[in-house]
Amino acid sequence: MELNSKIPAGPLESKWKTYKSTCKLVNPANKRQIEVIVVGTGLAGASAAASLGEMGYKVKAFCFQDSPRRAHSIAAQGGINAAKNYQNDGDSTYRLFYDTIKGGDYRAREGNVYRLAEVSANIIDQCVAQGVPFAREYGGLLSNRSFGGTQVQRTFYAAGQTGQQLLIGAYQGLERQISLGNVDMYSRHEMLEVVKIDGKARGIIARNLVTGELERHFGHAVLLCTGGYGNVFYLSTNAMGSNVTAAWKAHKQGAYFGNPCFTQIHPTCIPVSGDHQSKLTLMSESLRNDGRIWVPKQKDDKRKPFDIPEEERDYYLERRYPAFGNLVPRDVASRAAKERCDAGYGVGSSKMAVYLDFASAFERYGHVEVRKQGIANADKATVYKLGVAVVKEKYGNLFDMYAKITGEDPYQVPMRIYPAVHYTMGGLWVDYELMTNVPGLYALGEANFSDHGANRLGASALMQGLADGYFVVPYTLGNNLADDIRTKAIPTDHPAFVQAEKDVNDRIERMMNIKGKESVESFHKRLGKIMWDKCGMGRNAKGLTEAIEEIKALRKEFWANVRIPGEVKSFNPELDKAGRVADFLELGELMCIDALQRNESCGGHFREEYQTEDGEALRDDEKYMYVAAWEYKGDSQYELHKEPLNYEVVHTSARSYK
Amino acid sequence: MEHYKMNLTLKVWRQKSKDFKGHFETFKVSDISSEMSFLEMFDVLNEKLVAEGKEPVAFDHDCREGICGMCSMYINGRAHGPWHETTTCQLHMREYKDGDTIVVEPWRANSFPVIRDLVVDRSAFDRIIAAGGYISVNTGNAQDANALPIDKQKADESFAAATCIGCGACVAACPNTSAMLFVSAKVSHLALLPQGDPERKTRATNMIHQMDTEGFGSCTNIGACEAECPKGISLENIARLNREYIGAVFSGSKD
Repeated sequence: MELNSKIPAGPLESKWKTYKSTCKLVNPANKRQIEVIVVGTGLAGASAAASLGEMGYKVKAFCFQDSPRRAHSIAAQGGINAAKNYQNDGDSTYRLFYDTIKGGDYRAREGNVYRLAEVSANIIDQCVAQGVPFAREYGGLLSNRSFGGTQVQRTFYAAGQTGQQLLIGAYQGLERQISLGNVDMYSRHEMLEVVKIDGKARGIIARNLVTGELERHFGHAVLLCTGGYGNVFYLSTNAMGSNVTAAWKAHKQGAYFGNPCFTQIHPTCIPVSGDHQSKLTLMSESLRNDGRIWVPKQKDDKRKPFDIPEEERDYYLERRYPAFGNLVPRDVASRAAKERCDAGYGVGSSKMAVYLDFASAFERYGHVEVRKQGIANADKATVYKLGVAVVKEKYGNLFDMYAKITGEDPYQVPMRIYPAVHYTMGGLWVDYELMTNVPGLYALGEANFSDHGANRLGASALMQGLADGYFVVPYTLGNNLADDIRTKAIPTDHPAFVQAEKDVNDRIERMMNIKGKESVESFHKRLGKIMWDKCGMGRNAKGLTEAIEEIKALRKEFWANVRIPGEVKSFNPELDKAGRVADFLELGELMCIDALQRNESCGGHFREEYQTEDGEALRDDEKYMYVAAWEYKGDSQYELHKEPLNYEVVHTSARSYK
Repeated sequence: MEHYKMNLTLKVWRQKSKDFKGHFETFKVSDISSEMSFLEMFDVLNEKLVAEGKEPVAFDHDCREGICGMCSMYINGRAHGPWHETTTCQLHMREYKDGDTIVVEPWRANSFPVIRDLVVDRSAFDRIIAAGGYISVNTGNAQDANALPIDKQKADESFAAATCIGCGACVAACPNTSAMLFVSAKVSHLALLPQGDPERKTRATNMIHQMDTEGFGSCTNIGACEAECPKGISLENIARLNREYIGAVFSGSKD
């Protein structure tokens, strides 16, 4: 199949405007006859479901959690980018677009990214109108901070819980549509199959996680807003339930999977403490605004951090990247931390951590406060106390979280941090309209591959989720559904629905009947270890080749020896998890295959064979300037389709933050 | 900080579904590290149960970083356990010592029926939000965000109320199973902002009406909700809700 990205013709700045004024519309009377399924209720799903409900479509929304408000977007901490230029520091739509393209190491589409930057400002307007309580200055206007990979302040935030506030805003909009009868909500439901009729996505099979019953749901279109697949690594910053199942089922029904190997390892997470660990907790990138990252200059230094004098500390990010310092993009910061730890300079009991130190921020803010409050001859303790108060207001919840998890007081001793899996830039391949190559099947937010190339900049995930849901899909869906107004709702006793339900049921039965010896959790951990060791921060051909065989063997073992207690027709979290791990066991292999074919380093994909002399990523634009879109052809059979990336505006260059 | 291992006795509520009678079941777990979170200790228990061919204990959890509001255990008589302003997922085992016995129950409230073991149905909260916990603004019509300056103090107070995670600990902790803290947090979040002003009367009355319909109890100012709230939502919000509600009723807004 020919991949058509459907980027509108014309200059970059007018593509989206032209599209919006020329796309087809569905009249209000027809909208009432059209049903839309939205799977997932995070920022992308909740905003899409609410907006489409308002527009008059009949929407059904699904989430596996007990309430749409719990989707993992809620855990996003630092902020959301928007090209508002409220700080008068030279920001613009073009600059946000350029930073995102460069941050993604030139592996994203210009057209999509420009549109994202263009609608970013509307998102902030929309959220403020909904009552999202963003941080404000004393004059009553919105406050901003900076994030990695940029030199302007364009990040809007609500303390360290921006994702929570944005999601609650979208959730409230969704609940309003539910009360008006425009959206039917199905909580504790998991999508287990896409139903295709005459080549088009026409519905889903979902499992009611309380009763275990399978249900058939028809939709003229199906929107997957189901997030990323970072949990393939077992340990990640994702929620325990985050999974790839919906996207993977779509992939097996013909939707191409784009750039699966592009995963983001976030530099500032609380380090692993032991084998029992079930998840890793992020310390927001916003902390790098004020915290300085360092390790001792001396190997295996046993002294306490505050006993190590300034001149014996190596602020390695400031040293290597003076222009961006501690605010280099995530992929760069993560690799630099790994490099120091691998070289033997790591700190803490595991030696796999670096310090994130706020001492200088306490002092700096303290002096500002002293001047503000007119305190003469303030002593060191007063300055420190006032400085701590300022930092507390900015990041208090993050410091508390760190203290609870580690039992250490980060106001007294520097935080210890280490990189962890956080986000997946890869996802279902979509065109400019966010439609996959399966007609009628869309992917929004982290579930698609479209906007972040090989590395996502901080505070851009929230932006993309809401852009897709509020401002993009309401237009692009109509453009396609306009041709579908004569299609009546298809009854769910149609043979395609019957067959799809039977397939799902057979698979569940097969899994339950294995009655082996090893728990689902144990398989998941083993898969995670293979992925982290061989498809994590550093990758090479030998490791990836081994990983592919190891995953195949593990998958075989899973299907012969997994033990799932309980019954099918009941509330059975072990069974839910088994289905998700089974899909991860397939996805992991594809990620390694993708990483193996991409013989270059770019963004989060670092192939050890391809680096510069000083250890920076070495891209190969000649050979790999394309999106790798994989087609499922059967067990372990994937065919690569390439969508070339044509840069018309931006000149690609070696990405430098020095 | 010194880390240590411990052996524990757990008394955990088991209940097949809301139509079955429940009971406590006693388990022993050993070699629990003081570095584990409380839920990781439950992971250890469940792995053990699976290995023994028994059914694991069902419990709700998702983000495990204290923000999604999904986890919900009643631990030794306290919602989310002994730590102040902390969800169960953020409670860590260094709180306990070798030989301790820990009793774990689900949220107990008629409006939160048990689904299984420690899992309860909190959809009543969603229905309360649907009754009015929003600002009626459609996508795409908003004015510029900075066209409406908002007093920083008001914005900060609104944010503090908006940090509610909807976990239901307030209801579980209340002897009357009242949902006033939850409802008041949402009413305050929106009433403190100028954008929330046009609908403030109908919002307060509709949400209170839905709260009563769901069968939550009355508020008698005990304050257990505030004490157990993992996000430190203040009782002042309940006072504000009462003012909003009385104001709405006396000005003739529908009830």
